[in-house]
Amino acid sequence: MLTKRIIPCLDVKDNRVVKGVNFLNLRDAGDPVELGARYSDTGADELVFLDITATIRSRKTIVDMIRRVAQNVFIPFTVGGGVRTIEQIDKLLRSGAEKASVNTAAVQNPNLIAEASRRFGNQCVVLAIDARRSKTHPGHWQVCVKAGSEPTDIDVVEWAVRGEQLGAGEILLTSMDADGTKAGYDNELNKAVSDAVNIPVIASGGAGTLDHLYDAVVVGGADAVLMASITHFGNYTIRQMKQYLRDRGLPMNL
Amino acid sequence: MIVVIDYNVGNVQSVCNALQHIGCDAELSRDPARIEKAAGLVLPGVAAFGYAMDALGDAAGPVQQAARAGKPILGICVGHQLLFDESCEYGPHQGLGLVRGQVVPVPPEQTVPHMGWNLVELPPDMDLLAGLGPAKHFYFAHSFHGRVQDEQVRIACTDYGFPLVASIQKGNIYGVQFHPEKSGPQGLQVLRNFHEICRRRV
Repeated sequence: MLTKRIIPCLDVKDNRVVKGVNFLNLRDAGDPVELGARYSDTGADELVFLDITATIRSRKTIVDMIRRVAQNVFIPFTVGGGVRTIEQIDKLLRSGAEKASVNTAAVQNPNLIAEASRRFGNQCVVLAIDARRSKTHPGHWQVCVKAGSEPTDIDVVEWAVRGEQLGAGEILLTSMDADGTKAGYDNELNKAVSDAVNIPVIASGGAGTLDHLYDAVVVGGADAVLMASITHFGNYTIRQMKQYLRDRGLPMNL
Repeated sequence: MIVVIDYNVGNVQSVCNALQHIGCDAELSRDPARIEKAAGLVLPGVAAFGYAMDALGDAAGPVQQAARAGKPILGICVGHQLLFDESCEYGPHQGLGLVRGQVVPVPPEQTVPHMGWNLVELPPDMDLLAGLGPAKHFYFAHSFHGRVQDEQVRIACTDYGFPLVASIQKGNIYGVQFHPEKSGPQGLQVLRNFHEICRRRV
């Protein structure tokens, strides 16, 4: 049986982690390589690095950063943010990333998922979806693109199903309504998507307490939980999270 | 010196990084002379089977020869699958044929890909997995798996609704379906064991 995964997310801007500057007594807490190594050493199951600027210039920096991360991190990590082409994915994987996540570019050109999956295997292709509750259709969510700034007419559950059919190996599902609130994941959303697909779903957005992590798995049906604030600001260590979830009966790599 | 076979796919650098991290002299190459000279070979793999086999191309011959001559070889993930006779991922493809068996899809009743940390039972008679106790979690990321039909092969399994082959060993031929280079301290131990196996032979 697979363990449930704990995945800290590092938003990177100008070669610095944006959330989480003053914690863990690290001298340079904002350095993605140092922070990544720290998480890797303290029991995280995986890491996600998101290039939140995603410009031509930042892309070069990110590739260089990934090379350095890969020399210090011996757990899997995903890189995303502005990934648009097969060549970019190839470069990220060759630099040491285990997976690449696609978001806006996949919405604009769904064939990117199919091509990437055929070329690299579907386990390398993460479909990141930024979801927002629909104001007009209760119980539905709309896919947002361009770092969540642009809502589309695409239904999140339908898009997730299509993504799986095209060859995505995993769904990174971020609730834009819950993100940053620390009020808990949107488990209605998590449940709707995890029921509809057969690939793993990573719940993202809203983690504030250990209970929230448990609920994302048990209520939301998520295979993994992603968080930023609650680890970056030192509320809980990875070990505390895993211990708590294992004590409540979930299989954990601990 | 261990040669990590460079066949231009996916995440070969991670394997080199992990080997270097444990103090192993590792080199990325597909040059037949380097393959011949190496104490051991690592066949990494992040790609679809057919693509990987095509990319391996003319390096396949020297790898097969070295393995048949007794040089330790460790296949990782798709590299592990390439050791088998054939695979049906995106159509039928021939493998290296070093181990009898087929590469088949993980059954659709399970979440596919099999991705994440799973507990591997470690039999005491597999030297690749020595020093790790009776069971450890390793990181998996794959949609296909090797079905062994070779009586000379020793296997270690993980439970994924069925006994999924996590590691194989047939003389000098070793394979791991998981990623030791991404499995934290226990993964690094597997690589240390392989390094030791190569050193012993030299």
